Amino acid sequence: MRRARTWLPGLLLVAPSIVAIGVFVYGMLGWNFRLAMTDKHDEVSEGTFVGLDNFVGIWDQPRWHLSVDHAIMFTVVFVLGALVLGWFLAFLMEKGIRGEGTFRAIYLFPMAISFVATGIVWRWLMNSGMGERAVGLNRLFDAIGLPQWQWFRDPDWGMAAMALPAIWQMSGYVMALFLAGFRGVPEELREAARVDGCGEWGVYRHVVLPLLRPVTLSALIILGHISLKVFDLIVAVSGKQIITDVPAVFMWVAVFDSHDPAKGATIASYIVLSVAIFVIPYLIWSVRKERRS
Amino acid sequence: MMRRRWTATVAITLASVLTLAACGGGGKGAQPSSGGGDAKKQVEVFSWWTGPGEADGLKAMRQIFEQKNPSYTFFDAAVAGGSGDKAKALLQSKLQADTPPDTFQGHAGAELQGYIKAGDLEDLNFLYDELKLRDVFPAQLVDQISVQGKVYSVPVNIHRSNVLWFNPSVLKEAGIAGAPRTLEEFVADLGKVKAKGKIPLSIGSEWTVTHLLESVLLGSLGTDAYNALFKPGADWSSPQVTKALETFKTVMSYAGDPQDDWQPAAKQVADGEAAFNIMGDWAYGYFHNPPDGGLGKTSKTDFDWAPSPGTEGTYLWLSDSFTLPKGAKNRDGAVAWLKVAAGKEGQDAFNPKKGSIPARKDADQSLYTDYLADALKDWSSDKLAGSIQHGVSVNQPWLAAITEAVGLFIGSKDVAALQKALADAAKANAQ
Repeated sequence: MRRARTWLPGLLLVAPSIVAIGVFVYGMLGWNFRLAMTDKHDEVSEGTFVGLDNFVGIWDQPRWHLSVDHAIMFTVVFVLGALVLGWFLAFLMEKGIRGEGTFRAIYLFPMAISFVATGIVWRWLMNSGMGERAVGLNRLFDAIGLPQWQWFRDPDWGMAAMALPAIWQMSGYVMALFLAGFRGVPEELREAARVDGCGEWGVYRHVVLPLLRPVTLSALIILGHISLKVFDLIVAVSGKQIITDVPAVFMWVAVFDSHDPAKGATIASYIVLSVAIFVIPYLIWSVRKERRS
Repeated sequence: MMRRRWTATVAITLASVLTLAACGGGGKGAQPSSGGGDAKKQVEVFSWWTGPGEADGLKAMRQIFEQKNPSYTFFDAAVAGGSGDKAKALLQSKLQADTPPDTFQGHAGAELQGYIKAGDLEDLNFLYDELKLRDVFPAQLVDQISVQGKVYSVPVNIHRSNVLWFNPSVLKEAGIAGAPRTLEEFVADLGKVKAKGKIPLSIGSEWTVTHLLESVLLGSLGTDAYNALFKPGADWSSPQVTKALETFKTVMSYAGDPQDDWQPAAKQVADGEAAFNIMGDWAYGYFHNPPDGGLGKTSKTDFDWAPSPGTEGTYLWLSDSFTLPKGAKNRDGAVAWLKVAAGKEGQDAFNPKKGSIPARKDADQSLYTDYLADALKDWSSDKLAGSIQHGVSVNQPWLAAITEAVGLFIGSKDVAALQKALADAAKANAQ
């Protein structure tokens, strides 16, 4: 009884969230995986268990290959772009720029905007009209003599252009992460390196960057899972067109246009699994780290 | 002390549970209440008419409804978004939760099949009999929207999909005498425009290409063969279809850079940058209406129209219609709304504003001028064919498959793959 008194109130406090998460997150995930393993290809049929047929069958569809390719290109450009730009901005800040607070706020502001609003603005900026009809970036490029682009309508590199608004939006956040990381590097370590004859680049190369590894990993995971699930940005910029198709948009079309719940669930499962590839190693890593300390 | 902590814990736990319960009930709470006691009863009308023209038309119909039915109030549950993409997604969740609106808009024809199969809709034969609607709607129309002898919706308006819009001065400059009447002439004309350095054919986002495809299919195959494509066992792998798709590929090779949507594509024609555009007749309102809602252009001089090449004498139609969902809270109110929507007065109030023609044959012709007068004339004499893109001939899964095939074709330009995907889609969905 005495023991119960110590743990019971705590359990009761967290019980509602455990139940809610259990039902609405894990319950729904389980339900989704179960649905993905049935042949419920329209809303009225019952659906019988077919194992992994849907997961295998979807690879026969040309659209699936296209949307996976798109997601990969988007992820690579977005994650690398945001990491590099965010790191660079943090580096400049760290070098002691004047009015640092103002700049920090300016670079962080885009994060306060939703992807939908960003998408609508960038749809105009990235309009593919050229010459006389150019608006947005193409007009600017025209005026200063740079080549004009198809942007997200480019058949080969469209998804790289699609990553630009995402980079614009998230690099400020990455900057904040890195800035905290830079500030966490003890001054003594740098001085020790300098005393040992390190140049300024050497200090970064051998002292600061290795210490930033955990920050980089967190940033990578946060950006990676945003990127693999991206839906709102794509829909706001181009709607549900094949030229910018990604798995999340394909899922929406499968459920609401094709009325094929099993196919939608299959794609949803693949999205969850791909995010899990990013997140699970991170969780293991952070649990281990906690144990160590 | 211990007791205080216990009480607090219980209180917080209860509070969170209650919040959860409130969230669950929220869906219902947000529904418009049907009004208790002697309050007026609400009729929830779900549509995607929020743009200029269409919203005005809905308002005009609403006034007639409220005049005729003083005991009901009209609840406008419109969801913005062209061709109802977002509206349909919301509707889907409402239907699955068994909280349907009292009546909802849907394209007449096969688009409603999913709802019918799921048992969401009441058949409206009783209303057609009561109002003698089979006499006032064209027989071919009633035939094309019937499912096993039953009709499930009341068409309010008719739009035409196979309209070729063109800029007369660009055509003149390229030495083209008039609108092309066949697809061969069309391809030749596209070449002439290209030689002059203008955009031969303007296109918008991917759905406008599917829209173009249906006009080319109809123009190449002819009306009967086109209509046969949607019958059970239809053959989409025939050499005739191959030829039509080859023509489609040729036509697409003259297309300009894709624009954001149909309006910027139509604007290229109005501005004299492009010669041709194939778009539904809602484009007329956009060309003709004064700025804000339109471009304020003069018909016949700034822009002109003709049936799309090879489709003269056929009306490739689509129609907005209203339905009667099973389990509607206010069924009588919904039926009263359907009566207004089906009536001459309602249709003549709605259509001139929306820029479409009434589905009824007995419309007041003096209300329809310029393009609409042409359309009304053709509607009463032409053969009918149902649109693909706008939900008449194919149900939603089939349309999604066609959209996907066309989207992939835009990238690959592979006619064989397009035809195979179209044939597979027909096999999976024709019924």
